[in-house]
This record gives sequence, structure tokens and C-alpha cells, in this order.
Amino acid sequence: MQRTDTTNPAWFHKVVDCQWACPAHTPVPEYIRLIAQGRHDDAYMVNWVANVFPGILGRTCDRPCEPACRRGRVEENNGVKPEPVAICRLKRVAADMKGDVKARMPQVGPANGKRVACVGAGPASLTVARDLAPLGYEVTVFDGEAKAGGFMRQQIPRFRLPEEVIDEEMGYVFDLGVRFRAGERIDSMKALLGAGYDAIFVGSGAPRGRDLDLPGRAQAAANIHIGIDWLASVSFGHITKIGKRVIVLGGGNTAMDCCRSAKRLGGEDVKVIVRSGFEEMKASPWEKEDAMHEGIPILNYHVPKSFEHEGGRLRGMTFEIVRAEYNAEGRRTLVATGEPDVFVPCDDVLVAVGQENAFPWIERDCGIEFDRWGLPKLGSTTHQSTLPQVFFGGDAAFGPKNIITAVAHGHEAAVSIDRFLHGEDVAKRPPPMTNLVSQKMGIHEWSYSNEATNDARFKVPWVKAERALASIKVEVELGFDAATAFKEAERCLNCDVQTVFTDSLCIECDACIDICPTDCLTLTENGDEADLRTRLTAPATNLDQGLFVSSPLKTLRIMAKDEDVCLHCGLCAERCPTGAWDMQKFRLDVTHAGPGCRDQAPPRRVLAAAAE
Amino acid sequence: MTYIAKPKLHHPTLTRNNVGYTRRDYEGRISTLCAGCGHDSISAAIVQACWELDIEPHRVAKLSGIGCSSKTPDYFLGASHGFNSVHGRMPSVLTGANLANRELLYLGISGDGDSASIGLGQFANAMRRGVRMAYIVENNGVYGLTKGQFSATADRGSKSKKGAINTDAPIDLVGLALQLGATYVARSFSGDKAQLVPLIKGAMEHGGAAFIDVISPCVTFNNHAGSTKSYDYVREHNDAVSRIDFISEHEEITTDYAPGEVVDVRQHDGSVLRLRKLHPEYDPTDRLAAMNYMHEQQARGEIVTGLLYVDPLATDLHTAFNTTERPLNTLGRAELCPGARALDKINASLR
Repeated sequence: MQRTDTTNPAWFHKVVDCQWACPAHTPVPEYIRLIAQGRHDDAYMVNWVANVFPGILGRTCDRPCEPACRRGRVEENNGVKPEPVAICRLKRVAADMKGDVKARMPQVGPANGKRVACVGAGPASLTVARDLAPLGYEVTVFDGEAKAGGFMRQQIPRFRLPEEVIDEEMGYVFDLGVRFRAGERIDSMKALLGAGYDAIFVGSGAPRGRDLDLPGRAQAAANIHIGIDWLASVSFGHITKIGKRVIVLGGGNTAMDCCRSAKRLGGEDVKVIVRSGFEEMKASPWEKEDAMHEGIPILNYHVPKSFEHEGGRLRGMTFEIVRAEYNAEGRRTLVATGEPDVFVPCDDVLVAVGQENAFPWIERDCGIEFDRWGLPKLGSTTHQSTLPQVFFGGDAAFGPKNIITAVAHGHEAAVSIDRFLHGEDVAKRPPPMTNLVSQKMGIHEWSYSNEATNDARFKVPWVKAERALASIKVEVELGFDAATAFKEAERCLNCDVQTVFTDSLCIECDACIDICPTDCLTLTENGDEADLRTRLTAPATNLDQGLFVSSPLKTLRIMAKDEDVCLHCGLCAERCPTGAWDMQKFRLDVTHAGPGCRDQAPPRRVLAAAAE
Repeated sequence: MTYIAKPKLHHPTLTRNNVGYTRRDYEGRISTLCAGCGHDSISAAIVQACWELDIEPHRVAKLSGIGCSSKTPDYFLGASHGFNSVHGRMPSVLTGANLANRELLYLGISGDGDSASIGLGQFANAMRRGVRMAYIVENNGVYGLTKGQFSATADRGSKSKKGAINTDAPIDLVGLALQLGATYVARSFSGDKAQLVPLIKGAMEHGGAAFIDVISPCVTFNNHAGSTKSYDYVREHNDAVSRIDFISEHEEITTDYAPGEVVDVRQHDGSVLRLRKLHPEYDPTDRLAAMNYMHEQQARGEIVTGLLYVDPLATDLHTAFNTTERPLNTLGRAELCPGARALDKINASLR
């Protein structure tokens, strides 16, 4: 193998599994360390710069970081159930325990005379607004509802996300001088185009819930509700009750929110019924667990066949029982088992089988082209539509995803808009800034907590079930207290504190190899990667994880490091007599809108400065 | 040195040996030696060897004298018996322990100061008597604990860190061991575990006095240009006579070598030392030839490593003394005090 090019920003970034997995590349270990130090304000601001809604995300994020977390791999075969660090819930700790951070929000620069319209007040639009407003743009956000937040406010139930958390974080965006035109639903793109904005960002979400056109749908319509619409009505207080027996169709996170909401509005016998197997359900594992914890059974391999009704009233539903079969390519088909159909009685059905994009308000002849799935044709990184001044992000861009993805889209679109309005090519994306700083403080002293704790993941306490189920407004999770948060934070391995190797200093004494607790290091003859991976101190079978290779050393052997289960404990550096190994903190500054993203780039990091 | 403990977390694929232990179970406390010390590599090699040999830690007694090397038994086999003796007196303490309990495996850890200076007489007599043990000298050619004076094994003409040239002739512990009748004599290098681990395994399963001289660079005081015990010097002048594979009696012996390439030496317990020859003429069972070869190479400035000599049918002190088969602590009153009639019999035989 060639010597690993560690100057490529992606190399060390990829070692920080959580940050790599986060669509917005939040510097997770950095803020977890700050939480451990009790610096909640700083931890919050690090988050705020990266993901804009730390309090909201700390409760509702899809947490792509957690399945990626190295801790989950490191704990395998080590006596406890392998679990990632509770990254998401630590984020909530930062949001809950911080003091007043208003003074740390960015200053708004002098107006630059450019006007930007954002359609929809969801996470994508608000991220665009947050990124552009401090630069002097005049940003106007339009939304059909009275309050901003979009999906976060309308569909996510209050027992998971209290209203005041949304209000606070919307406030930080609007405090930057962003104009909010509440209750103004844009119903014509042409009209908006004619309103003289320099750029338009569409962050209107995927507002249409999919329906199930089965026999009996029309006749029993009074008791069949589309999940996301029903959740919105619950959220606005239009619906306060539901029947005693409720079926929720669908296996995604919306279905989980529906069933748990139903349980709080009078549903006594609430069931989730899905076509697929339990494992393939789209809902996050923890959301399934939370639903089951509240006594909601999940029936799988039930394909809905018909709505049964009597005299215009819903009586129940009939399901066909199937099993999964996989062909040679691993494609799944659901095959009827031949068992008799099952009838499940119920009073109400909530249909949560997916969401669709809908742009009835965009005239098809206004210059914005759509693909055959009804989604706008966009540059994959630029988010620019075929009409150059119109950009899309969030669920409106590439179909329904999640909040953190919408935030990431917002950042990218803001960069595009900033470059576009400065007459620069939006296809050119400036790379992130990276930095490495040694963490050695003295003999045996490292600036980070490098002792790997053996604690298993700590559970977030819940309010008592009878209180939680009594009201839809009582937040179920209580969040970590400071002491537990500290202990959970200590489970973080500080993967951003990188093992940096200087080939010319190595004397091949084996000290690092002997001390490495997880057998990551090897001095051996070079070879191609597939061969090398089998010849290491411990086999490197996780192909998703990088293999660092040095240039040939004095004996012509190479130093190899399998990144997979490195604890970042620093003992290799501690035992190295020559400093060939050093622990250096890796910092990645994602390019946000502002001077740093432009070709004529004076100082960078307008927003990052707020975190310091 | 460090005081940061090695985390308990281990690689998910870490396996257990036939007696149910992982390699990590054979570790000791965190080393307080200088970072990069060759001695720590030797400790790691001992850990690896004992794990591979399926030795239950409580069956090992590790004894040492004084010095950097003699501190190391704290850093491996944390669950074994240990005795940190007086400077240079490890061999006699070990001899006593061995006579009292022949069922344990004895690991004598010493250094060049401990064995070639203050304890030279002890070393010589233990070799001469054939005390069954694996005697490992961690040889760095300097007194590290007293800041780097030449030790008795420093080569004449080698340079100290401060620039002084050594004018004394070195004591060659391997030569002495061969001459005094050790039945397993090897030399190795702390920076070559592929060679060192099988040598330690062979020594621990050997039936008599086994001696390994391990060149172990002192990174703090003896790893500079002009030193003959530095990483660079040893790598440049390493003349290995063979690569050795240790095959325990339980393992199947397979041959995929052409005749003449390997020598299989079967030891008393059925284990086999397979030597892949690097020098076709070298015969590791010929003591005189081994001594000659070593002296010739030494005169050329080469460091001969590998298994230099082995007597596969070696016997030990217990055979010579015709001692009881059982450890003394398992003998009962009747055996220890056979009575007046037995004494009369002995007295009569001496008249």
C-alpha cells in the first residue's frame, strides 16, 4: 500500500465516526468534552453553529451518529451489551443546562442589499436564514402556519418535544433580523419570482401523507386519518380524542408518534401493524422500543386488505398474513403464507405509510424542471434548480429524510446562494478547513480525558408511565442529570484526538504495539490492502474502517494501524520514546456561507467564532 | 514510563487459549520503565509465549534480582508467583525454590549488571548445576538505573552516551553458559518478537538449565551512534543462525520443508523445536562447533542470534541429587520424619 495521505481532510474526518455520519458534520467529541467539563454554553454553541437546533435535535434527531459510534464496536465481546455513546441525549443536556447564550449569537453585519425568500419555516429554510442573515442578507421566511417550525412544530408530538424548546430556537434565528411572514402560504411560484427576490429557497417539506386506497376506504372515511395531518391537528389542539381501539398502519417514526399520541388521547388498545418484518421497519430502534415500552404491540407481516365497516362506521380491518422471501440478489418479496386472513377490530385507523412531495403551487412552466418522481431537478451538492436563482432543501429537495439532513441541506444551499449572489460558480465547493493540534501537556499529561471507562450506556430517566400517558403535553424523557451526563460523556472515546504518526521518528522498538489495548498496531512487511488486513496483530475485518500505512521505515517494514477499534487512549504516544506517535486534536470547519466560502476569501469562520 | 493504566477493553476478536485465558490475562501492572525500553518488549514476548503455551499462570514462579530488568516481573504474569531477591542472588533463591517445588515452571529474570557483575558467580553455578529454569538476561550493556555507566557486557570500544570509550573486555554470558554446561543456549533481540517468542517457549519447556541472552536496547542511555547495543546496531549486525518454531507435544507435526532445510529437535517432554536453518552447516546440537562459530562471528563484529545450542535430552539438578518426585510441601510427616529405624539404617551405611 501507498503511504496513507493524512493531509486529505477526509482521512481524519472519517476516523471521527460520529462526525462523519452526521449530515451536518457536528463536532460531536468536542461538545461532549465540553459537557463533561460543565461548559454547557460552549457545548451548546458548538452545536448551534453546526446544526442550528441543538435543543430540538437533542430530543428528536434520527441520530445517524449513534449507529456509527466507535464505542458500539469497542464494547463487543467486552462483557457489556455493546452500545454507542448516548450522543443525542448529551446534546439535550447541553441545551437544557446552558445559561443565557443570547450574547454569543452572531452580530448582524451591514445590509448587503440582497433579498432572499425562504418558502416554509422548517429546519432547512431556517438554516438558510440563520446562515445568511448575519452576512447582511435580507431574508424573508414565508409559512402558511402562524408559528415557525414546520414539521418540528406540527408533527412531532409535544410529549417528545416541548413547545418552549421550539420557540427558543426559532427565536435565535429570528433575532438575527430574519423576517417571518406567518400565515402566508405561497401559492404561486410565478408570483414569488415576480416579487423581486434575488434568490428563492424552497424548504416546504414533503407535506402530503400517503393514503391507502383499499376497499371500504371511502365508506369508513370518518374514522380513517392520514397520520401527519392527524398529528398536526393534535398539535394545534383541533383533535383531543380518539377511539378506544386504534390501529396504526406503517412502520416509520411517524407511525410511532401516531401510536404514542393515540395512547394519550384515549386509545386503550393501540396497535401498530406493518407489512414488513419487525427488523426492516423504518422507525429508529429506540422509537420502536419507546412505543413498546408504553404497551403498544407491533404486529409484523400483516398486509392490509380492507377496511371493514357497518352502516358507515368503521368496524375493523382485515389483513393478509405474509412471510418474507429473498431471492439470490437478496431482494425481498412478501409471499402469502396461506393462513386465513386476520380481522382486527378497531374504532379508528391512523395511516402512516409514508409521505410524498407535492408542489401544486409551482407552475410547471416557470422554468423549474421536475423529474418523473415529481421531485425538482437539482444539483446534488448545490441544491440549485434549473432556474438558477431557485434552490431547494430539506424534504422538498430529494424526498423525505429527517431534521438533521434538512439542516445540512440548508447549509449547502446557503453556500450556493452566497456564491451565486456574489457572481461565483455554485458548482465550486470550497473544501473544509482542518487543523491538528498536539494534546500533550507534559509528562503523562494529555489535555483530554484519555482513560477509557468501562461503564455501560446510561439510561435516560422517564416520568412515571401513568403521568406520561395521562397528557400529551408531558415530556416523557427527563434528560440526564449533570452527574449522569458526566459519566455518559466519559464513555466517549475522543475519536477526534487522532493518532498522528511521523515516519522519520520511529525506531521500531515495538513499545506502541506492546501497549495497545486493542491490538490496532503492527510493524510488518508491506503488501496490498487485502493481504495486509489479514496479517495484522488482530485481523482488520471491518472494511468500512481505514487502515493507516506509513512509508517504509528503517527495516523497510511499515507501521500499520487499523482504525476500527482504537480507543484513542494515547498509550501509543505515551510509550513512544521518540514522539513518532502523537495525539493531536483534529478540527474540521465545514465551509459555511460567508466570505470563507467564496473565491476571494478573506478571513473565515464568521459563525465558528461565535463558538469560541 | 507511565502511570496511566492500560484500559481493560480489548479487541473484540481476542481469543482464549486451551486453559481459558486471553493474552491480556497474562499481563501484569503498567510498566514504569522508560518509554521504548527493550525490556517491555521482552515482557510482551513472555506474555505471548505463556499464552501460546497454555500455561496456567499459577504454575509459574518468576524470580529476579535488582535493576531495570529485574523490575519487569511486575509487568507480566500478574497472577503468578514472584520473588524479587537481592542484587545478583536470583539464581540461588531460584535454586532453593526449585528444589522445594519441582512442579512449578521457573522463570529467572536478570540483567547484565545483575548477572555479569555482582551475580556472575551465582549465574555460573546455576548453569553448572543444571537448575531447571528459563534464565533470561535482558542485556543492554549499561547501568540504566545509575544513569548509563558501562556494564560488564559492554563491548570494548563502544561509546557511552557522554562520549567515553569502553576499554574493558566484555563478559560474554552466552559463551559462559555454553562452557559451563547450560543445555539450552540462545541469543535474541527485543526488537524481534518473531524470533524471541518461540525461543522463550522452547526454554520454558526445556528439561534443564535454559539460558537466553536478549539484547535489549536502553533507549535512554545506550541507543546512540557508537553503541553496540542500539536498535540500529543490532539490526545491522544480527546474524541469525536459524528461525525457530516451537511445536508443543499436542500439536500435529507437519513437514512442508525440503530435507536439509529444517532440523526437528524433540525435547524430553515431547515438544519439538523446529529450526529452519539459515546457515546450512550450523548444527545446534554440537556444543563445540557452536562456540567456535560464535567466537568467529563475534570477532567480525556480528551478533549471532537464534538457538545456538540445545541438548534435547538434558537432565537437571533433581536427577543429579536423586530428590523426591514430589514438592516438599506435599510430603507428610511420615515421609519427612521416617523415624529412628531409618536413621539407624543411614548411620549404619556410613560406618
